[in-house]
Amino acid sequence: MDLSAINPVLLLASLMVAATPILLAAIGELVVERAGVLNLGVEGMMITGAVCGFVVAVNTGSPWLGFLGAAIGGALLSVLFGVLTQYLLSNQVATGLALTLFGLGVSSLIGQGYIGIKGPEFPDWHIPLLGDIPIIGPIVFQHDPMVYVGLLICLGVWAFLKYSRLGLVLRAVGENHDAAHALGYKVIRIRMAAIMFGGACAGLGGAYLSLVRVPQWTEGMTAGAGWIALAIVVFASWRPGRLLLGAYLFGGVTVLQLNLQAAGLAIPVEYLSMSPYLATIVVLVIMSAGRAPGSLGRIFHASR
Amino acid sequence: MKLKTLLTSVALAAGLATGAAADGHEKTKVGFVYVGPIGDGGWTYEHHQGLLAVEEEFGDQVETVYVESVPEGADAERVMTQMALEGADLIFTTSFGYMDPTINVAAKFPDVKFEHATGFKRADNVSTYSARFYEGRAVQGHIAGRMTESNIIGYIASFPIPEVVRGINSAYIHASRVNPDVEFKIIWVYTWFDPAKEAEAANVLIEQGADIVLQHTDSTAPQAAAQAAGGVYTFGQASDMAEFGPEPRISSIIDNWAPYYIERTQAVIDGTWVSEDTFDGIDTGMVEIGEISDVVPADVKAEALALIESMRTGEYHPFTGPLNKQDGSAWLAEGEVIGVGDLLGMNFYVEGVSGEIPQ
Repeated sequence: MDLSAINPVLLLASLMVAATPILLAAIGELVVERAGVLNLGVEGMMITGAVCGFVVAVNTGSPWLGFLGAAIGGALLSVLFGVLTQYLLSNQVATGLALTLFGLGVSSLIGQGYIGIKGPEFPDWHIPLLGDIPIIGPIVFQHDPMVYVGLLICLGVWAFLKYSRLGLVLRAVGENHDAAHALGYKVIRIRMAAIMFGGACAGLGGAYLSLVRVPQWTEGMTAGAGWIALAIVVFASWRPGRLLLGAYLFGGVTVLQLNLQAAGLAIPVEYLSMSPYLATIVVLVIMSAGRAPGSLGRIFHASR
Repeated sequence: MKLKTLLTSVALAAGLATGAAADGHEKTKVGFVYVGPIGDGGWTYEHHQGLLAVEEEFGDQVETVYVESVPEGADAERVMTQMALEGADLIFTTSFGYMDPTINVAAKFPDVKFEHATGFKRADNVSTYSARFYEGRAVQGHIAGRMTESNIIGYIASFPIPEVVRGINSAYIHASRVNPDVEFKIIWVYTWFDPAKEAEAANVLIEQGADIVLQHTDSTAPQAAAQAAGGVYTFGQASDMAEFGPEPRISSIIDNWAPYYIERTQAVIDGTWVSEDTFDGIDTGMVEIGEISDVVPADVKAEALALIESMRTGEYHPFTGPLNKQDGSAWLAEGEVIGVGDLLGMNFYVEGVSGEIPQ
């Protein structure tokens, strides 16, 4: 065993990168669920975002436009889910699962001509001054911009839900849609907006994989990240702060266990492999005190 | 994918109906079960090239059907059963984890022929086939040992099965032979295909000083990670992955399944198919070594080509003594070649590899 081979600065730095795709997808799903909608299609929206982002970035040469395309692609797919569940009143669980299958298929169709192609560079930001601080600088302030975009979205969602009037309305819709409707709020319109936000965030998370972390397009490349994001929303008891903790914990332990393996730690690999899941579940369950939004997954129709 | 399968079967049903009416006998139907997407650029991609070669060779005589990204487990059994019920005559199951499902489904359909890749369980209607990838690993190990400057070689391993262990041992033996200081860092990712995780593993290995990364997983993500890091060399796995050449990819192992798939399909058409075990290597072309790029110095390249040639003619076997097991106990004596049992069931490291194989 040679633990000195692990560079703690690099380890902590890669933690933030590893957590970002899950964080982005999860924060979007959190808003959707707080509005009372259960969209199990995160995986499908992520992979669609991954391919849309990659295609746009390759054709325009701009990763920023790629991320924009990914957000639009994810949001478009989620509109499909929204129309089916909100206007046609289909079952949310079944529709969400179907969305995942559909997303996987449609993404491999779109990505046919893009396998093995290199995407444009997306350089790390070396933030002046802050990035020069020893130790802290390389860990926190020398990443690609999307890491900070993810954090900002997370912060924004927290402030939106906690302090804004619209956030209060969104939570009311999620807690009791009949009451919210009685008060005159447009339940379906608010939910559609939340669903589209969730789709856009999932798309960004997927594009982070295809443009930054992997970076290339491969069919099925999200490989279950969307499901992890869904689980983290639940274990974080629908709160943005805990969600951030959960995503970083998961990303961190994932990177740590790979590092420990490479350093030859004498713990059986099976335990190391399961450690990210275990650690995340244990910590978030111990902390959890929340409950699901009251109307989560229930179908709303104004006549009932 | 569901839709694809559905459309295939509908098209197939239509095809069968007209075909049967036209010439009085049915087409031979060949099914393929894939563990990843055909666009993975590696393992499954090459199997699919085999399917395309079968179509090309037999044209209207055969009908092919495939299902991608089938998880290893109960789902695999369901997919195989469905294929058999739809009238497949021959089914190739192309991942180690399909072993028990293949045996189970084969028992229910004695008239359907099954071919399981890389496994070791056979039945009257189940053949097994695999390639001697460890011959390719010997070439990789040799080049890696000569090319590394940090003397640290990273290895992304998938599952602790004999095939993967053989690859690690073969690469290590030939790397340490030309470079006694070489050290292997091995990460088990427990997946055949997860680009994000593979990229992560590659990054971790590179951060810990590896300047050569070998992979036994299916995607091209480690190649992209090595490219982004710079100054790191890789080898294409299962497929040539030439788009990452000349650097970081400096050579590759290519699995060429097409001749085998054509031969076995022909046997089914002729009615001469029998259950057997095939284990071919560089000699028959089932294992090909991709172009060694110009980044590799000429003398190293010449050595590698000589090594390939010696394995092609059969004069050299990668597991030839003297070799010891990891704990230092004697394994193969001077000049002794590995036996079939040790080769197929290899579950130990050779001397010099650190760490333990997960059990």
